[in-house]
Amino acid sequence: MAIVQLKGITRVYKSGSLAVEALRGIDLQIAEGNFVSIMGASGSGKSTLMNILGCLDKPTEGSYNLGGEDVSTFDKSRLAKIRNRMLGFVFQSFHLLPRTSALENVELPLLYSDDNLSWKEIHKRAREALEIVGLGDRTDHNPNELSGGQQQRVAIARALVSNPKILLADEPTGNLDSRTTLEIVELFQKLNKGGLTIIMVTHEPDIARFSNRIITLRDGLMSSDKTIEPLNALQALENWKDEEKIQQESEVQS
Amino acid sequence: MKVSAVPYVALKALRRNRMRTLLTALGIVIGVAAVITMVGLGQGASSEVQEQVNRLGQNVVLVFPGARQLGGVSIGGGSANTLTIEDAHAIRDEIPEVVAASPEVRSQRVLVYGNQNWHTRIYGQSADYLQIRQWPIESGRMFSDEDVERASLVAVVGQTVVDELFEGSDPIGETVRVRGLPIEIIGVLSRKGMSLMGSVQDDIMIVPYTTAFQRISGRSHAMVINVQVYDEQSMAIAQEKITDLLRERHRLAPYQEDDFTVQTQEDVAEAATETSRIMTWLLASIAGVSLFVGGIGIMNVMLVSVTERTREVGLRLAVGARSPDVLLQFLIEAVVLCLLGGIGGILLGVLATEVIATYAGWPALFSTEAMVVAVGVSAAVSAAVGVFFGFYPAWKASRLDPIVALRTE
Repeated sequence: MAIVQLKGITRVYKSGSLAVEALRGIDLQIAEGNFVSIMGASGSGKSTLMNILGCLDKPTEGSYNLGGEDVSTFDKSRLAKIRNRMLGFVFQSFHLLPRTSALENVELPLLYSDDNLSWKEIHKRAREALEIVGLGDRTDHNPNELSGGQQQRVAIARALVSNPKILLADEPTGNLDSRTTLEIVELFQKLNKGGLTIIMVTHEPDIARFSNRIITLRDGLMSSDKTIEPLNALQALENWKDEEKIQQESEVQS
Repeated sequence: MKVSAVPYVALKALRRNRMRTLLTALGIVIGVAAVITMVGLGQGASSEVQEQVNRLGQNVVLVFPGARQLGGVSIGGGSANTLTIEDAHAIRDEIPEVVAASPEVRSQRVLVYGNQNWHTRIYGQSADYLQIRQWPIESGRMFSDEDVERASLVAVVGQTVVDELFEGSDPIGETVRVRGLPIEIIGVLSRKGMSLMGSVQDDIMIVPYTTAFQRISGRSHAMVINVQVYDEQSMAIAQEKITDLLRERHRLAPYQEDDFTVQTQEDVAEAATETSRIMTWLLASIAGVSLFVGGIGIMNVMLVSVTERTREVGLRLAVGARSPDVLLQFLIEAVVLCLLGGIGGILLGVLATEVIATYAGWPALFSTEAMVVAVGVSAAVSAAVGVFFGFYPAWKASRLDPIVALRTE
């Protein structure tokens, strides 16, 4: 049973007499444990699809079954609960609270959880999530004391802290340099190996090749859906390091 | 949402913007402090008025000249020369309820003693004036009825005069000059403090009214007649009888209005209390306006804050916050802001009141009960201000669409 099942999803934006069809009938199934990239030019509908997948928006027509529940009929409050319980979000611009420590940023989703955890448990889980992304020693740092890659890791820890079923990443490497990008993708692959379903929007084909399925949208329809053998990000990172080393050495020689 | 997380999140947000929090709360601090100070001072003034009225003397009736018609036009109370010394004598002699009556005449003169001089008020009174006013002599003696009859050049003086003219040394037996007229000091009055109108009552010299009329003021009519009545129950009757007597003496026809005013101690007290009450209300309302302005400041800052933190709101919604959670967060922020201001305002207000009261020499203004009430009411009012002015911004924040909010730059 696929964790995500979309059937005949359309999304029409109406402004006055003008109606824009952002999605024109998407059928999509994503199995648990998949690492999916969604690609497409701007205006292709990938952001709209991402909003619907993330339960931030509701389809005009069609049904969305998430983990066995038809969430397309849910009201705002139940959608908020689903987002808190099932989904983790990673954004291009990190969206960390300024002047707030990494630990407190990561704790945020737990404050809105219905599980009514003790403060001790909240601190513990946030610390664990930061350890998973390799920032166990940066818990007290504010975002402005962290590099871009580290900030995105904090954001990933925040997405992981409530043990979601799916990680939704919207251009997660768009603001990062190529080496940090590889590090983040490598983290994604590691999390995916642990069983986490990841759906990532990207416009860079190089990045998409680290996932095992690439879906391309065009004009609100799926134009291709390919399952591929992903590149190994760890390997790519090693190669990149080697290349840099060679480059540095040649610079020293000249 | 976790219950204890609601105030936690609000406090965190306030701490992230410490300077702004302080400045915003300052508006409320000033508002609440102003209200507390005004109410406190009003209370102090009222209790002071009460004390003053008591110090006025016991069972005192005051007769003022005035309200005389001049060609059909009232020329105002106290302005007329309608009360004579004979009126005072008649009141004393013909009305059985009256114990004493002292015709009063005041003038401002410079006293000279050696190379010192001091500008003071000289009161002409009868020998029983101090008894009427319940004002004990501290040393020496009061002038006698004989002194009044002979228009003797003797006087008793208040403490301020002793301090200023004699620099504290014993003035009894010394002679001061008033426009060359030598007057012997025969007694010193005990200290009395401030009057109802705020003047220092101890800055005074009292001479026999005959002396005052004939040799100092040059007037022939009394400015006030101070009357003491036998007991409290007889006040109303005495008031009536004085009115009848004076109407008869002044030959007023039934259609003519009184050309004098008879006021009891209670009348004076009521008028004074009413005045101070109106002043308190007036000042407290003005202070209330400043609290209102502080509230608008809160609203303004909260609106700016919501706009500034649109992305934060979007993120909170994305990770699972519901609209009511966001509403509550911003509302609590506003309330906490106001309560902080309220606490600061209470402290500042009480401090300011105490300082002013000490300076003015008033008694303690806040009893423990009044204090508890003031603190409770101020806290409740600031919280209400927070809810009232914080609701709209909070509501605005809770209505944000997470997709739009997340995309805001």
